[in-house]
Amino acid sequence: MSGIWLALAGMIVFFLGYRYYSKFVAEKIYKLDASYKTPAHQMEDGVDFVPTNKFVLWGHHFTSVAGAAPIVGPAIAVYWGWLPALLWVLLGTVFAAGVHDFGTLVLSVRNKGQSVGTLAHKLIGQRAKILFLFIILLLVLMVNAVFAWVIANLFISYPASVVSVFIQIPLAIWIGYTVYKRKGTMLLPSLAALATMYAAAVLASYVPVLQIDLVSYFGGEGASTPFGLNATSMAFLVWIVILMVYVYIASTLPVWKLLQPRDYINSHQLVVGLLLLYAGLLVTNPEVTAPVTNTTAETSWFPLLFITIACGAISGFHGLVSSGTSSKQLNKETDARFVGYFGAVGEGALALVAIIAVVTFFPTTGDFTNTYSSFTESSAAGLGVFIEGAAQLATGLGMPAQVASTIVSVIIVSFAATTLDSSVRLMRYIIAELGSEYNIKPITKMHVATTIAVVSSAALTLIPEGPRGFGSGGYLLWPLFGTSNQLLAGISLMLISIWLKRQGRNFLPAFLPMVFLLTMTLWAMINQVVFEWSGVGEAEASWLLFTFGAIILVFAIWILITAISTLSGKGNKDMDMSA
Amino acid sequence: MVERKFSIKRLVELYDEMLSVPHRTEIARELRDEDDLFLLLVYSDMLGIPNPAFYYTLELYPYIIEKFHDWHLRMGMEKSPLDGIRCC
Repeated sequence: MSGIWLALAGMIVFFLGYRYYSKFVAEKIYKLDASYKTPAHQMEDGVDFVPTNKFVLWGHHFTSVAGAAPIVGPAIAVYWGWLPALLWVLLGTVFAAGVHDFGTLVLSVRNKGQSVGTLAHKLIGQRAKILFLFIILLLVLMVNAVFAWVIANLFISYPASVVSVFIQIPLAIWIGYTVYKRKGTMLLPSLAALATMYAAAVLASYVPVLQIDLVSYFGGEGASTPFGLNATSMAFLVWIVILMVYVYIASTLPVWKLLQPRDYINSHQLVVGLLLLYAGLLVTNPEVTAPVTNTTAETSWFPLLFITIACGAISGFHGLVSSGTSSKQLNKETDARFVGYFGAVGEGALALVAIIAVVTFFPTTGDFTNTYSSFTESSAAGLGVFIEGAAQLATGLGMPAQVASTIVSVIIVSFAATTLDSSVRLMRYIIAELGSEYNIKPITKMHVATTIAVVSSAALTLIPEGPRGFGSGGYLLWPLFGTSNQLLAGISLMLISIWLKRQGRNFLPAFLPMVFLLTMTLWAMINQVVFEWSGVGEAEASWLLFTFGAIILVFAIWILITAISTLSGKGNKDMDMSA
Repeated sequence: MVERKFSIKRLVELYDEMLSVPHRTEIARELRDEDDLFLLLVYSDMLGIPNPAFYYTLELYPYIIEKFHDWHLRMGMEKSPLDGIRCC
């Protein structure tokens, strides 16, 4: 079967979901009102609250939620065959993510633009807020540590991409400086910067001198280097130290100097990447070689599939974006359908093309099953296979293979780097917020908070017991990423359900995905915490995962009980429930 | 917000705005902080900080009075905190 059919089927489902289901939810469930004065108008201040065109806001929302995660999850989950991954992405986007992203946006708009964390505090209590902060802190810590390894790994595997990625930094600073001084638009300079980057990538693909291959500088794979590390580990150490120094500088500089122009250039890359993949798919018309379902899988898909693909099917992080920034900029309440629901559809389309790139990459089914031989193997290989698969689609557009894989890795590194420095910045803000909440003055200072964020991320990254070799310490906590992210989504759907019930409306469109999601997540968590990490079952105990997992699990169950009592009408009724 | 007619120029503007929005808030906040500092310099004499350029900055009062009003509202003061300035 051709991969185009999968894309077509996906697009039809997304179209029907947006055209009919989101319309039903907008009109009958959330009852959007075009005349409602949104927080952007109520509290317009030119800084946080600014009425914004719905297309612009959708673009902002989409680029904020789309990163490397909707690619990594599906690239691993195809281990169970393409059908389960495809169904979860399509149905998850239409019935869960769309309702969730759209709902958190409406809920926040109806509550003065407050974030889901604050609303959970008001509705469920202080412990909900603490859980939110704890999960977010853990998520950003994991993201920092894992993405540092991912970038270092890509630099080592694709040394031709290094020059292109590093050339972006001075170009971004130059753009930031000239645009800030001359008050012009960034469009043309950033396109020129992108062209320079890709020209560097093409050149470096052919000129070995431009390939910064640290492993060979240190004497080749087996060579020993100072600190008793082999050349590969030493290369990881050097890249991770460079990255940590970079994120420290990037997250403390004023945004206009580096971050804004860099993100601006990277947003073009999202468009380039999507165009490259979908155009390549149409031109090459590749065959799906992965099996429909993996009947010999040792690790059961149930309930693990639902936490392996988070972003792309449903992700709690989107609720933070919806209620954190998008809700403060929504011009009309009726725009929420386009921004929230269609934002989720955009993310689903990215996950869909990631699935297609992976399941069409291998020449035969045997090659696929050899690489995807176990869940652990799939987790390690997923991203690499996606890069090769995407490069294969790009070669269909006439691009030489080595250039295609360099450019795809440049795009992935850029996504990962954007996520890395935003999450270090976010971690700095959370540490400072905790400092002011608990009156610990020193950590409210920018450099102290950033140092804590960077040093703790580097420490986790460089833990010697990293499951994928030196520098992969972030993966020690990674199994918690999907569960904690889905837990956030479940709690947000619960808040929407409670709000709808208090309005006397049909709350099932939010309640049913919530029940499904929380059941799957708690099931997976209990399984992991009790039987895998505690040492009770056959698996060896993992105290780090057990401790963090148990804390989250206890909090989650506690919140669930409180929320059920709130939902049944016995709990706290503080929340502003203006209709 | 006025809906405008569709054109390629408008499309490019939308795309540009789309990519600028994520950092708009932070940049606006940074600029506002710079403005606040300037405000403090201009009004420093009234706050008891000697300002040798007082007579010159006096000329700027009419231009920044609106900003001063926004500032005291933002700082949670409903009325002007300075006796000499009655902006509201």
